[in-house]
Amino acid sequence: MSGTSYVIKGAQLLGGEAGDLYVSDGVYAEDAVRGAQVVDAAGLIALPGLVDLHTHLREPGREDAETVLTGTRAAAAGGFTAVHAMANTDPVADTAGVVEQVWRLGREAGYCDVRPVGAVTVGLKGERLAELGAMADSAARVRVFSDDGHCVSDAALMRRALEYVKAFGGVVAQHAQEPRLTEGAQMNEGELSGVLGLQGWPAVAEEAIIARDVLLAAHTGSRLHICHLSTAGSVEIVRWAKARGYPVTAEVTPHHLLLTEDLIHGYDPIYKVNPPLRSAADVEAVRAGLADGTIDAVATDHAPHPVEAKDCEWAVAAMGMLGLETALSVVQRTMVETGLLDWAGVADRMSVRPARIGGLAEHGRPFEAGAPANLVLVDPAASRVIEPGALQSLSRNTPYAGMKLPGAVVATLLHGSATVLDGRVVER
Amino acid sequence: MTMQSGARSSGLDPTVARAVLDAPAIDRALTRIAHEILERTGGAEDAVLLGIPTRGAVLCRRLGELITRFEGRSIPLGSLDVTMYRDDLRLKPARALGRTEIPSGGIDGRLVILVDDVLFSGRTVRAALDALNDLGRPRAIQLAVLVDRGHRELPIRADYVGKNLPTSLREAVEVHLSETDGRDCVLLGIKGE
Amino acid sequence: MGKRHLLSTADLTVDDANLILDTAQELSTIAGRAIKKLPTLRGRTVVNLFFEDSTRTRISFETAAKRLSADVINFSAKGSSVSKGESLKDTALTLEAMGADAVVVRHWASGGAHRLANAGWIHSSVVNAGDGTHEHPTQALLDAYTLRQRLGSVAGRHVAIVGDVLHSRVARSNVHLLSTLGAEVTLVGPPTLLPHGVESWPCAYSYELDPVLPKCDAVMMLRVQRERMNQAFFPTEREYSRRYGLQAARMAMLPEHAVVMHPGPMNRGLEISAEVADSVRSTITEQVANGVSVRMAVLYLLLGGAESAIGNEEEGSAR
Repeated sequence: MSGTSYVIKGAQLLGGEAGDLYVSDGVYAEDAVRGAQVVDAAGLIALPGLVDLHTHLREPGREDAETVLTGTRAAAAGGFTAVHAMANTDPVADTAGVVEQVWRLGREAGYCDVRPVGAVTVGLKGERLAELGAMADSAARVRVFSDDGHCVSDAALMRRALEYVKAFGGVVAQHAQEPRLTEGAQMNEGELSGVLGLQGWPAVAEEAIIARDVLLAAHTGSRLHICHLSTAGSVEIVRWAKARGYPVTAEVTPHHLLLTEDLIHGYDPIYKVNPPLRSAADVEAVRAGLADGTIDAVATDHAPHPVEAKDCEWAVAAMGMLGLETALSVVQRTMVETGLLDWAGVADRMSVRPARIGGLAEHGRPFEAGAPANLVLVDPAASRVIEPGALQSLSRNTPYAGMKLPGAVVATLLHGSATVLDGRVVER
Repeated sequence: MTMQSGARSSGLDPTVARAVLDAPAIDRALTRIAHEILERTGGAEDAVLLGIPTRGAVLCRRLGELITRFEGRSIPLGSLDVTMYRDDLRLKPARALGRTEIPSGGIDGRLVILVDDVLFSGRTVRAALDALNDLGRPRAIQLAVLVDRGHRELPIRADYVGKNLPTSLREAVEVHLSETDGRDCVLLGIKGE
Repeated sequence: MGKRHLLSTADLTVDDANLILDTAQELSTIAGRAIKKLPTLRGRTVVNLFFEDSTRTRISFETAAKRLSADVINFSAKGSSVSKGESLKDTALTLEAMGADAVVVRHWASGGAHRLANAGWIHSSVVNAGDGTHEHPTQALLDAYTLRQRLGSVAGRHVAIVGDVLHSRVARSNVHLLSTLGAEVTLVGPPTLLPHGVESWPCAYSYELDPVLPKCDAVMMLRVQRERMNQAFFPTEREYSRRYGLQAARMAMLPEHAVVMHPGPMNRGLEISAEVADSVRSTITEQVANGVSVRMAVLYLLLGGAESAIGNEEEGSAR
């Protein structure tokens, strides 16, 4: 396929030395090709295209909140070249048929590689295993399985799932939330929840499941991935497990790197999310965990919701925040500007490791000739005020409305073809 | 924050304003009013004195003492806060209420004599008339004021006046009483000075 | 600019609180008059927006508003997390279109009153008549008023609040207000019914009732819902009543002058015995009467002037 070729001049590769990149036929080339479009990348940072392990594209079933098309446009705008689409759609992605549908929609949209995540249990009910093998063998080639939205709380079922996916190199991604400790929970359990009269979501409900599951992962010799880890205690448990060589990986969301529960004083449901916003001490701990690699990846948990699901009382509001278009900026603010991570580290946590966990061979690769040209160019000196109305996403539930965040995505290349150029999404 | 109904938002500067009545003059005026009340009501048999807080209530107590002294018996005294009946409530933040104490004999069929410090637009008295209307049905209502400064906006007049004081609208009149302000005097000055 | 809303007693300074109580005292004489009416809020519209049934509180607010000559509209909103009726937002927009000056709102969700006040849907003043398990400010104000009338003062008094504090908006509002007014508060209940983080609240707490009683000037009993038994907050009614119920024997442990309060409705026989509820120490019926005066004071101070009198910082204010 010969599309446009590019010469990217003077980009700081992984935030380091400036260099040129040549792109043609979807891969990096040794030299510039005649007639290539020149992109002046002076002052810009080149990173491998970002990979999100945790996105909600809402299609099929909730197209009023987001579709695969709008969601992948948002992903491209955020610098992502691959996203894992979670299975809590309607119908649930628990069969080969549904995951293939989502995969196909992603290919047709053409803005991002969409890797559907398969449900662990039928209908996310936590009762019986879904046809994990069929999903793995389908065109969608599912490797990540998750009941996200719900916890696989039954220990026996979780053990079986971990064992079963070994047959095709799969990984079970657990949404750690002990249901009996979090019935009716609305926000982090702590002093503030007592004062505000909102039912608490105690940290132990997350930590107890993680503690159990890292031991199950070791026992079964199968890979475990922890979704949206949010507490200091959780970081310690994962650190302990990794120190013993257990096959465990973990992700953290951008909002858990930046926001704390104090924002909930005004009962604005824009801050309602699962797991909930936690304390300042938890934020510090997850930042440190991401910096030292205990936490492997930043995953957005991009969760679009229609306006009426947030424009109401806290108790009836939906849980979730947008994340694709602001993730990189939030990571720059919380990790780069604080000196906790350099840009090479950002590339590692937002592209290299997530690609490896998801088994995506074509993403998170070094800039070498012959490798697929999945790439993002970032202007670290730019800044922007986040305007909900200006987002690519169909929904508006971003917690950063009106906030000034650093960095701007200038260009995103997906298999050598621009999905974002000059800071604007390319129309197809 | 404690708000008095009679709170001054910007008091007159006593070193600049003119004292038009000093303590002895106020005494003489009250004494004369007390005698006038006794004379015109034929001994104030069925009278009730109600002062409008804050300073009207103070003056009412003083009048009550004088009447007791002259007549040898006491007459019922009380206070009537008119804040809730004012027509200018919406112009300022809601005010704290003053004390309303109606003597145990009530006001039905009696002569109510309202007492206030300054009679100006007449709106405070109008509010007092409405308040009395909701409390009962006096036989008659009269008004005693220490100072009448003119500029009535309603057809209201005082029956007993301590001093008639022609003023301009640029001026302010302040009554200071020892019980509330530390000393007795009536000040006349330019507003805002 | 004064706050236009009364959402939480935590927002009231000691001066705000005393202003409300002093005003309520002056207004309490209305109840004894032949004409129980003041013209102050004539032409204003007060809407009672109740998402939770409460005849008692609604009638109290209605009486208060009518005594101030306001027009009252009662809006009993259907709709809960289970049966979705019209959204809070749409209900609010309807009220705004009808020209409500104040909305008295009782909502089953904590923060319901805050959302109504701050979401930008309405311009009216909002009075929180109870939101979920969060706050019930006018209840705390009438409780403080009742204490002041019975005991002469609130400052320096020792008040015990007993029962299901975790789920009680009355407890939260009272803790804030009583400590602002200088009282000492002790919360008493089983550990399962005291909120996480109660150590940081401006009060003491105890898991045992008997040692606390002899020191109290007032005991406030909270209603215990029988459903909590099924959620494992306490094993049986019998055990709850034995450990935390106020019956005659416990009442005898109180000092001579101490009073017993209850926000109502009561579970006679569970948290409070009939004998105690009907005793001379009990302020339960006065609390109801005082509710009207206090609510009149709140409505007057929020709506009576050009702007609210609560929450102002005036120059020359005494502290």
